[in-house]
Amino acid sequence: MATLVAPPKPPVTGHGGGYGDGRGGGRDGGALAIRRYKTGTWLGLGAVVMLFAAFTSAYVVRQGMSSDWRAIRLPSILWLNTAVIVVSSLTFERARRDRQSALLWLGATSILGVVFLAGQYVAWQQLRAAGVFLASNPSSSFFYLLTGAHGVHIVGGILALLYVLGKAWTVGGWVNRQAAVEATALYWHFMDGLWVYLFFLLKVGGRQ
Amino acid sequence: MAEQAHTHEAHAHAAPTGFIRKYIFSLDHKIIGLQYYFLAVVAVIVGMFLSLLMRWHLVWPTAKIGWLETLFPAGAAGGVMTPELYLSLMTMHGTIMVFFVLTTAPQSGFGNYVLPIQIGAADMAFPVLNMLSFWITFLSFVVMIAAFFVTGGAPLSGWTAYPPLSALTETGPGQQSGQTLWILSLALFSAASLLGALNFITTTLDLRTKGLSLMRMPLTCWTWFITAILGLLAFAVLLAGGVLLIMDRVAGTSFFVPGGLVVSDKVINHSGGSPLLWQHLFWFFGHPEVYIAILPGMGVVSQVLSTFSRKPIFGYRAMVFAIIAIGALGFGVWGHHMFISGMSPYSAMAFSVLTMSIGVPSAIKTFNWIGTLWGGKIRFTSAMMFAIGFVSLFVTGGLSGIFLGQPPVDLFFHDTYFVVAHFHMIMGVASIFGMFAGTYYWFPKMFGRMMNEGLGKLHFWITFVGVYAIFTPMHYLGLFGHPRRYSEITGVNYLAKSGAGEIHLFMTIAALITVGAQLLFFFNLFWSLFKGKKAPVNPWESTTLEWTVPSPPPHDNFGGYEPVVNHGPYEYSVPGAPKDYVMQSDPAGVAATGH
Amino acid sequence: MPFLLAVVIWAVSLGLAIPFFTRTWWFPQSINEHGRQVDQQFMFTLVVTGVVFILAQAALGWVVLRFGRPRAGAANYSHGNNTMEVLWTSATAVLFIGLTIMGQRVWARVHFMGAPEGAIPIELTGQQFVWNIRYPGPDGKFGALDIKQINDQAGNPLGVDSKDPAGKDDITVPTMAVPVNKPIELRLRSKDVTHSFFVPELRLKQDTVPGMVIRIHFTAEKVGRYEIACAELCGLGHYKMRSFLDVMEQADYEKWLKEHAPQP
Repeated sequence: MATLVAPPKPPVTGHGGGYGDGRGGGRDGGALAIRRYKTGTWLGLGAVVMLFAAFTSAYVVRQGMSSDWRAIRLPSILWLNTAVIVVSSLTFERARRDRQSALLWLGATSILGVVFLAGQYVAWQQLRAAGVFLASNPSSSFFYLLTGAHGVHIVGGILALLYVLGKAWTVGGWVNRQAAVEATALYWHFMDGLWVYLFFLLKVGGRQ
Repeated sequence: MAEQAHTHEAHAHAAPTGFIRKYIFSLDHKIIGLQYYFLAVVAVIVGMFLSLLMRWHLVWPTAKIGWLETLFPAGAAGGVMTPELYLSLMTMHGTIMVFFVLTTAPQSGFGNYVLPIQIGAADMAFPVLNMLSFWITFLSFVVMIAAFFVTGGAPLSGWTAYPPLSALTETGPGQQSGQTLWILSLALFSAASLLGALNFITTTLDLRTKGLSLMRMPLTCWTWFITAILGLLAFAVLLAGGVLLIMDRVAGTSFFVPGGLVVSDKVINHSGGSPLLWQHLFWFFGHPEVYIAILPGMGVVSQVLSTFSRKPIFGYRAMVFAIIAIGALGFGVWGHHMFISGMSPYSAMAFSVLTMSIGVPSAIKTFNWIGTLWGGKIRFTSAMMFAIGFVSLFVTGGLSGIFLGQPPVDLFFHDTYFVVAHFHMIMGVASIFGMFAGTYYWFPKMFGRMMNEGLGKLHFWITFVGVYAIFTPMHYLGLFGHPRRYSEITGVNYLAKSGAGEIHLFMTIAALITVGAQLLFFFNLFWSLFKGKKAPVNPWESTTLEWTVPSPPPHDNFGGYEPVVNHGPYEYSVPGAPKDYVMQSDPAGVAATGH
Repeated sequence: MPFLLAVVIWAVSLGLAIPFFTRTWWFPQSINEHGRQVDQQFMFTLVVTGVVFILAQAALGWVVLRFGRPRAGAANYSHGNNTMEVLWTSATAVLFIGLTIMGQRVWARVHFMGAPEGAIPIELTGQQFVWNIRYPGPDGKFGALDIKQINDQAGNPLGVDSKDPAGKDDITVPTMAVPVNKPIELRLRSKDVTHSFFVPELRLKQDTVPGMVIRIHFTAEKVGRYEIACAELCGLGHYKMRSFLDVMEQADYEKWLKEHAPQP
């Protein structure tokens, strides 16, 4: 382009996408990538909150107005699953703090995630064996819906964990993947808390 | 450079060379912006075509159109449109226009292309996510179009899809797999919009260049930013509603379907659900969606009015607060779509007050636009004319909302053509004027060539008069109490008496002419792409950062250099400055500017 | 260019506004007190928005005309005027919110107060694509409903339970007859999907939602035949889902009831 107006040419400071500190200031922000990933994850979690807030309001409205709501007996394996996912948050924290054995603890977290999902599946099987299906009653519809929607998000979390693990394994560059680890940790803890909330909602809110 | 590539993370992607990586699965926000834009162009052509078929049918309900049977063998046997086909066309017209045009082009199209450059970034915060958003949107469009071609055809429950009509397959021909595909498509669209919104917000928050504080951002960036926040909060709720609705349809649950229903003598096996629950979820999304469609247009119009008036925008701060207020209030007014739905009449009063409050920031914007023109030296480019047209349409469409926001008046106007006039004026046509203004304004930057101004102005004159001719008479039909979504009006006594037929005829002719005039636009668009005059870097003598880089901009926008922002976004006609505009990146000493 | 644009803006605005003032196309005449109040609220709103509309479009055309012409000197360098901002913000706030509060009175009368004592109960049930109207008969009680007994051909589209004595004298008809100047309490139901009861002359519209019984009330003050339309999309026959409201003198109404009473 011959018509190029000379762009301003201060020195390149060298960090992700934006220039300056990315917030209109002038500092060189080496931590920009981490911040960007964290912002993105928080926003994603904002959308997740809206999704489950919508489900919750549907739950409250549907239960409050209906005469056909029958409480279901929640399988007791859910207590175990809750313990598993809470522990998985602890192992994740261990991985973040102890970089020497981070691979080990990340691996453990992933396995606990899979165990949690398997446990949820067992809970579904137990309900089905008891003759409680998706369309049996609004309370059971919501049970399958909420656990299913949460499960899908857990699958996403496990995939993110595997990505982090894979990178850490092949590149060995744990430090370079710091942003991805921080984001995944945030997401994983949130899913842990979300499950505790949903379990509480189903347990306490599900009574008629 | 090698070790820098490492820390550049997602932005380190070098300019790709292969065609597929460059133009199909591109990570470049500019290419993705254009992909969204052209998807919207395809969608708007489909949507307009459907509306013409509907208008034709309203005036000549028994007309035989030979090729219609080829297109819709079941819906138009013998070439005569059935009522169910009319409703399918209406449903798809609304859905395609709202989602794949009004949500896609202004935000995802222009926003993707321009936002990173205007804030001085090399790309969006998450380029891979950006690419995914587009391709999921594309898939969603394919699924939506597929609904036409399944057994029973496209759904006929309108873009609002109220259950039980939308929840039961027995309620009509299009309510079989067509409706299921429709919900599936919107679920995909919601997911894509969530990813897009997340990307826009992060980009705006974290990638602004040195000196670009929030209150120095161009108003376009402000509107894309706030629109993204609305999208993030609203689409998640639509997604939730869609999941519940699809479960009612395919899994036999009863979230929205009450018990004791008998459809065409068949007892329906559901119980206890609430049709109003869907309406609440839908409109909690649906009303912010209106602002998702119009806010980016407001941003473009502010930018264009300021540029071609050669004046700073009037009341920048008030404009920013108005955008934020419109966004925030937009979440508290969904109930005004439900005044007559059977919802509590007490909540109707609260919704009414909040609804009318939105008139205040909207009025602020209008006054500020007129204040911007006041005392300016107006340059009548095509972009400017569409921006001025936008202001006129915004006033017209906004004021009819004052009637509909009052429950007692809405008692009469709800679900009549008055509503159709209102939302077409403001959400439809005004938004589209914003897109036209954006296209004429940014085309030189996007493609390195100028559009033809003569054709652009001709396009403006016919379109401006044309849309008034189409939508003005709908207000009068509303006064008759003419219900919307009627495929025929023959036989309705109170409409026949009042002369609705002639008014419909007038509107159909106006629609044919106006749609015809859009061919001028498409011709101009594609002709200029190849044959337009070469565009300089800053053809409009604008001030924002995208006008400091070549047209079209290089792969990483600023060629590896950091722009530094020293001025507010709209410094025109600064006394003592060498030119009548001060670029945002001009050295601080060039002129003493405000802010 | 500026002249043409200003003229076109003014022309399309006047084109929109004039028929509202000449009332070339207008409402069907309202037939009760409630309708007249709605019309009054509409007129208030029309005057307020009409003035704002004309002023705004006139100003837009004028600035285009005034500042679009070539002239010497630079454009004004101004970032706005806070006094003006505050002024027009408060003006619109007062205007718009004032209108809303005025309108609440009319709304409250239909929706917050129940039907007056002695109102005649009538049940209206929507179904794809007809209206079913039921009167409780001389006993003043609606019979119970049983969806298994629904039979459109046998004249029992609502499924009035044959075992319930209260249902024996119920009258189910496709059009509605009401006596003039008597309050009517409507109970709105739906058999299948959402419909909406709409009589333009009554200025009354209410969705009929499956699973709900919604009560509204009205008094018709003028004898005549009016159309009942469906105003909520209900399927392919939506456009032809119509019935009639026959407002008649008390004597005619009683005669009508007798004629339509079920044969024992």
